[in-house]
Amino acid sequence: MRRLTLPLALLLAASLAALALSAGVGSANLALGELWAVLGGGGDALSRTLILELRLPRSLSAFATGGLLAVAGALMQVLLRNPLADPYVLGLSGGAAVGALAAMLAGLGGMVISGSAFAGALLSTLLVFGLAHGTGSWTPSRLLLTGVVVAAGWGAVVTLMLALSPAERLPGMLYWLMGDLAYARTPMPSLLVLVLVCLLGFPLGRSLNVLARGPMQAAALGVAVRPLEWTIYITASLLTAMAVTTAGSIGFVGLVVPHMLRLVLGNDQRLILPACALAGGTLLVLADTLARTVIAPEQLPVGVITALIGVPTFLYLLYRSR
Amino acid sequence: MSRLETRGLVIDVPGRADGRALDLCLAPEQVWGVLGPNGAGKTTLLHTLAGLRDPRAGQVELDGQPLANLRRRRVARQLGMIFQERQDGFPATVLETALIGRHPYLSAWQMEGGDDVRLAEEALERLDVAHLKHRLVNTLSGGERQRVAIATVLTQSPQLWLADEPTNHLDLHHQTAVMALLAEQSAAGKVVLMCLHDLNLAARWCDHLLLFYPDGEACWGPASDMLVPSALERLYDQRLATAEIDGAPVFVPAR
Repeated sequence: MRRLTLPLALLLAASLAALALSAGVGSANLALGELWAVLGGGGDALSRTLILELRLPRSLSAFATGGLLAVAGALMQVLLRNPLADPYVLGLSGGAAVGALAAMLAGLGGMVISGSAFAGALLSTLLVFGLAHGTGSWTPSRLLLTGVVVAAGWGAVVTLMLALSPAERLPGMLYWLMGDLAYARTPMPSLLVLVLVCLLGFPLGRSLNVLARGPMQAAALGVAVRPLEWTIYITASLLTAMAVTTAGSIGFVGLVVPHMLRLVLGNDQRLILPACALAGGTLLVLADTLARTVIAPEQLPVGVITALIGVPTFLYLLYRSR
Repeated sequence: MSRLETRGLVIDVPGRADGRALDLCLAPEQVWGVLGPNGAGKTTLLHTLAGLRDPRAGQVELDGQPLANLRRRRVARQLGMIFQERQDGFPATVLETALIGRHPYLSAWQMEGGDDVRLAEEALERLDVAHLKHRLVNTLSGGERQRVAIATVLTQSPQLWLADEPTNHLDLHHQTAVMALLAEQSAAGKVVLMCLHDLNLAARWCDHLLLFYPDGEACWGPASDMLVPSALERLYDQRLATAEIDGAPVFVPAR
């Protein structure tokens, strides 16, 4: 049990530190003491508004989004037995992007963009799995290739929409495509889903470990493979759709975080899934803090930061790995 | 004690006629060998017997119950399978790999405990790979991986062993050790069925044989009845020279 609790405790501490940092840093810097006072129900009115209504909802949204993406990536990788699988590679985010951009192009806003992105992600899921299923065989390589091709198709549609859209809508669309947490204000649903998935992931964890060794081996060891595969795929799709709906298209978290953790912690999903939730969340909180402070008062899209941090870290770890 | 029976079983090899339906009865203390040329459907037969693949006709019964009606978890407590091909997509240590043999016995919320680790370590010891237990499986040689795979099934400790080419990649002394392990399992009241390429291993270690022809024809029975040079020559389309060593026939391809 200690094998599980120690890394998770460390990651939890890192998450809390990242959240405190992101709540304290910004246009007006707050000391840790003020932060503590506000969370305890005190503090002056300005700090209260700043933290409770502006920074904390955004930080928690960032945390939830990062966690959801990392867990979705880890699940997809087990499903396809391929460490390169991730919701973005499989075309889910492409579908969501097309959905969101279509809503923006039509001049709709807010909830409609979110709903449309959600629908796009689910449509992409059905498309990829339906096409890959084809005449019955459902091999990981076929699924991965179908996903890559569908993603490329969505990419073309996105480019077409950008080309056709009026100039005044372009900045908003581009920001959304690169991932943006500026409008994320309701972290609770995502956080709840994240906690729920981690709790449900534990009893499924050992079955996932066995599934990672191939469906035949898993079935021979007593796993009901097909229901488990569907559960993973639907869960990962919902998590991705939820994350994309909150913050737009943020790449790299689903790929880099699970891989980094596997290099350090091994491949026991009972540890990897909650660790992904914490580490993915921490990464995105830090990235978002950077995104809104580096060139303040201007803000960068957070997806740019995750890619700029993620790419070299990933390459370094890969280079150093066993 | 478990037994595995097939009733009118026709395995599903795409593009092949049905051939002869199999009515096998694999009983405790028997060691079955499946012989046949490449592509005859030996692996398909094993997967069908394990319930991992649907037959074209007929059914497989485990202790009198159709395999298709049983939950996989229940089957996995009775029946273990050594695969010919393995996927090591993610890095895992040798000990972790052997430990998954305990999967069918643990409830969803249960972690592997000291007893499970001890069983896995004993199995690794038995297969002579205990010294590799902290190594990553994907860094091992083919023969070492094969022995880890067998240790995983030994950890699973099934009543029925289905083994697809269990001696693949193994040196001579490890081949003998693995065959001795399987013979020991059968002597302890378990059922063993394995596909083999090597006629002489089959002649030495199996008491029942199933000869599988590429056109789906098959014959089976006690090894002494099946090891007829003319039948084996027809099976492999290869002339054989026969000798006798230690009371068992030895077959060598004739020129």
